[in-house]
Amino acid sequence: MKLVTAIIKPFKLDDVREALSNIGIQGVTVTEVKGFGRQKGHTELYRGAEYVIDFLPKLKLEIAVPADQLDRVLEAIQQAARTGKIGDGKIFVVDIEHAIRIRTGETDLNAL
Amino acid sequence: MKRLLFCLPLWALLCTSAIAAAPIPNKADSAWMMVSTLLVMLMAIPGLALFYGGLVRSKNMLSILMQVMVLFMLISVAWVIYGYSFAFTGGNAFFGGISKLFLQGITPDSTAATFSKGVVIPEFLFIAFQGTFAAITTTLIVGSFAERARFGAVILFGLLWFTLSYLPIAHMVWYWDGPDAIHDAASLEQVTRQAGWLWARGALDFAGGTVVHINSGIAGLVCAYCIGKRAGYRTVGMAPHSLTLTMVGAALLCVGWFGFNAGSALEANGTAALAFINTFLGAAAGTLAWTFGEWILKGKPSMLGAASGAVAGLVGITPGCGYAGPMGALAIGSITSLVCIFGVTRLKNWLRADDALDVFGVHGLGGITGALLTGIFAAPSLGGTGLFDYVKNAAVSTYSISQQLTIQAEGVVITLVWSAIISLLVYGIVNWTVGFRVTEEDEREGLDTTSHGEAAYH
Repeated sequence: MKLVTAIIKPFKLDDVREALSNIGIQGVTVTEVKGFGRQKGHTELYRGAEYVIDFLPKLKLEIAVPADQLDRVLEAIQQAARTGKIGDGKIFVVDIEHAIRIRTGETDLNAL
Repeated sequence: MKRLLFCLPLWALLCTSAIAAAPIPNKADSAWMMVSTLLVMLMAIPGLALFYGGLVRSKNMLSILMQVMVLFMLISVAWVIYGYSFAFTGGNAFFGGISKLFLQGITPDSTAATFSKGVVIPEFLFIAFQGTFAAITTTLIVGSFAERARFGAVILFGLLWFTLSYLPIAHMVWYWDGPDAIHDAASLEQVTRQAGWLWARGALDFAGGTVVHINSGIAGLVCAYCIGKRAGYRTVGMAPHSLTLTMVGAALLCVGWFGFNAGSALEANGTAALAFINTFLGAAAGTLAWTFGEWILKGKPSMLGAASGAVAGLVGITPGCGYAGPMGALAIGSITSLVCIFGVTRLKNWLRADDALDVFGVHGLGGITGALLTGIFAAPSLGGTGLFDYVKNAAVSTYSISQQLTIQAEGVVITLVWSAIISLLVYGIVNWTVGFRVTEEDEREGLDTTSHGEAAYH
């Protein structure tokens, strides 16, 4: 099992969710985060105080997938989240050791 | 018998004129003063509370709301116990007397003078109205030491400063025996001799440019210097947590200010109407000047700028609202606003004090500008009312702008010096007894949880 973490632009959430749904992935966890990479921030001015805001709002999606579906999931996210401009985001993949469905106690692949 | 009958009408005439000699309040004037008083209260709570509150970080929101609300109520009480007596009774040129401590001797039938001969308002209303002024002035200072002051210190400072700075300056600028005491040169001379120091010298301050704004403005600057910069100043982000609430506060201030300015006429008459429309225009000119000024200078017009501009314009028109003409009000509002832009940017950097919410930059500098511009735009040649001669009961035909400007400047300097010295003294006393600043740990965590045991947001 793999944990896919995708940092995307906030307005792309619906597109990515729809793309995942189309390939049979039903569960996603979404967190509001802020970060920066190569995309520049902006400045805010409050009377005389100027703030350079490096951080930009992003969304972090976490999806647990069976290893055999990984490539399709990565492809789906990339296609749906891409705009072609700087700041589109990144995807990270790590291994999941165990997974448990809390309601029934099913484990590993049966929990996904 | 015939002689007696002949004399009866004469006696009747004498009796009725004796009764008619004591004027009674007009119900419209009384109603207006009640409304004005409420409007000024609204300016403070929640107007100023939200205006300031939105500008601080969310972890300190409640501390601002608390300081403004509690100080307002405290000064209201102190006002009726001793404030009114020491401000508005005869004593010397700087301080009144004890004749009205605890409002003794004042009944529902007691009256207070206005600016028109033969016109009075219930004294209780005058007391209440002036009380809201004293209270809101004291709460203005809270903005300068925001986010790092101990609540107990704020309360103690407010009470002492009100006693030693607000009361004398209110007495100096506003105390006189009233127009009914003046009927000839001799009585004018006596009234002048017994009046407050600055009133006697002819300083014009209709609604409190010196008493309220310069007074609290310089106090704020002194406190900001004394208490020191906030932890992480200029490195940690300290952006306003809710400019939405700041705008709500600014709007309440705008509306309430009509009571502050037009209510200072003490009657619902033409002078009040002049102050009313000048308030309207001062806010408008101030908002536009700051908005366009910022647009040109910084590239983007901001909500905070528009809100600050409205307040700056209103501060500027406060001393002259009953004297300047409407076009003069537009000039005063816009000039003051532009000066305040300078005050919250360049000047603030030069002064190197962390006056957190720009009490000096807006109220102090705005009050100074307004007080000086009043001397200019009160001139009849510029559409103003000029001065009034209570002996001839007519407007004075001559007006020297340079002479009045000098008098205004004198008022400005005396207020600045007096308030600064008192503020320094009172800060020292409070700091020495209870300590003014919270610990760095408490400051970083936030005053809401550490001082008040509450969080504004969850």
